[in-house]
Amino acid sequence: MYTQGLDQKGDDGKLPVEDAAQAKLFQDRVDREEKVEPKDWMPAAYRKTLIRQISQHAHSEIVGMLPEGNWITRAPTLRRKAILLAKVQDEAGHGLYLYSAAETLGVSRDDLVDQLLTGKAKYSSIFNYPTLNWADIGAIGWLVDGAAVMNQIPLCRCSYGPYARAMVRVCREESFHQRQGFDILVKMCAGTPDQKRMAQDALNRWWWPSLMMFGPNDANSSHSAQSMKWKIKRISNDDLRQKFVDVTVPQADHLGIKVPDPELAWNEETQHYEFGAIDWSEFKQVLAGNGPCNKERLHARQSAHENGDWVRQAAVEYAKKQMRRNEQAA
Amino acid sequence: MSKQDWPLFEIFIRAKSGLSHRHVGSLHASDADMAMDNARDLYTRRGEGVSIWAVESSAIVASDPAESSALFEPAEDKIYRHPTFYDVPEGVENL
Repeated sequence: MYTQGLDQKGDDGKLPVEDAAQAKLFQDRVDREEKVEPKDWMPAAYRKTLIRQISQHAHSEIVGMLPEGNWITRAPTLRRKAILLAKVQDEAGHGLYLYSAAETLGVSRDDLVDQLLTGKAKYSSIFNYPTLNWADIGAIGWLVDGAAVMNQIPLCRCSYGPYARAMVRVCREESFHQRQGFDILVKMCAGTPDQKRMAQDALNRWWWPSLMMFGPNDANSSHSAQSMKWKIKRISNDDLRQKFVDVTVPQADHLGIKVPDPELAWNEETQHYEFGAIDWSEFKQVLAGNGPCNKERLHARQSAHENGDWVRQAAVEYAKKQMRRNEQAA
Repeated sequence: MSKQDWPLFEIFIRAKSGLSHRHVGSLHASDADMAMDNARDLYTRRGEGVSIWAVESSAIVASDPAESSALFEPAEDKIYRHPTFYDVPEGVENL
C-alpha cells in the first residue's frame, strides 16, 4: 500500500568511507536520470536507504492485508466480498514484488521477514488502526489507498530500477483499490441515514491518520534531502500531503460528508486548501508501538508464520524427494 | 523460527501470442511446480499473459557491469552497420 517517511535512524557514520570519485560518477548518473541497476556500483548509504525503504514498504503491504482481511467474511454482498478478496490478494502481491526488489540489493527474504516478525522493522502507521465496521473498508480504499497512490506515483520514477519497475505494477493495480473504496462510500452515503452516519464516522477516524501517512513535515524530515538528491524521493512529504488534501476534499463534498477539520478552508490566492495542524504525538506513539492495534497486527503475522511452518517444511521435503526421484530415474 | 532459503526464480511472461517472453520479476518457491503456481497468482492476476517461463535465478549467466565498456563500446564506432551511414544518391528509390 505504501511507505511513509518513517524516521530513519542516523547511523550513517558507521558506513565505510568511499572513493569520492566513484560517488561523484554515481551522482552524475543519477542526475542524468540514468537508472541504477542491482549489479551497478552504488554508495553504501544509498543501498542501505533503499533496503530500509523498500522493505518497510513491503512490510506495510503485508500488514495492510490484516485490517481489510477482517471484513472479508463479513462483506455485505457476494460481489463486495469478491472485490475485497481480489483487493487483499493484490496487497499480498505488492508485498511480494517489493520484497523481490529489496532482495536485489543483497538482503535475504528470510532476514526481511524476520525483521518484521521480531518487531525490528517498521511498517506504515496507518495499519495500526482498527476497522470497526464496513464503512471503514470504504474509507481505507478511498483515503489510505488514495494517499498511497499519491505517494507511489513519483516512486515509479525512482532512480533504482527494480523499485521503480515494481511501483509501476503496483500503481496500475492501486487505482482499482481506491475506486472500490469510494464506490462503497457512494453507496452508503446514498443509503439510509444510519449508513451515511457510518460513512461520516469512518471519515472522522481515518482522515488524520491518512494525512500522517505522508510522514513528518519537511522541516523535521532529516533524510528527505539526501533521498531527493539520489532521486529516490521526488516530491516532499508536505507537497504530497497538500496535493492529497486538494483532491480529496472535493470528493468528500461529492459524498456529502465532512472532513473533520474545523480549520479546513479554501485559499483562493494559493488555490490550495489550508488545513489544521497534525497531532504528531499520536503519530510518534503509533510508530513507537503504542497504537490501537500494533500488538494485534504483529501477533497476527507471527502466528500466521508459525502456523505455516509445517507447510513450508513439507514443501521443502517434497522438493527434495522429487529431486531424488528424478536423479534415480536419470 | 526456521529459515527456508527457498530458491529464487526469475519469471518471464508472454503477453500474447506473437510476442516474446519478457522478464516481469522474481519469486521464491520450493520447486519448479510451486514457482509456476506462484507466478500465475503473482504476475497474471489481470490477464497479463498466455505463457510463463520460470528460471532459477542461479542458472542465469549475466554480464558484469564493470566490464560493460569492454563488451559494448566496440559496437559504438561501427556506425557502418546502420543503414543511415550510407548516402543514397538522389533519385535512387527502393533502396
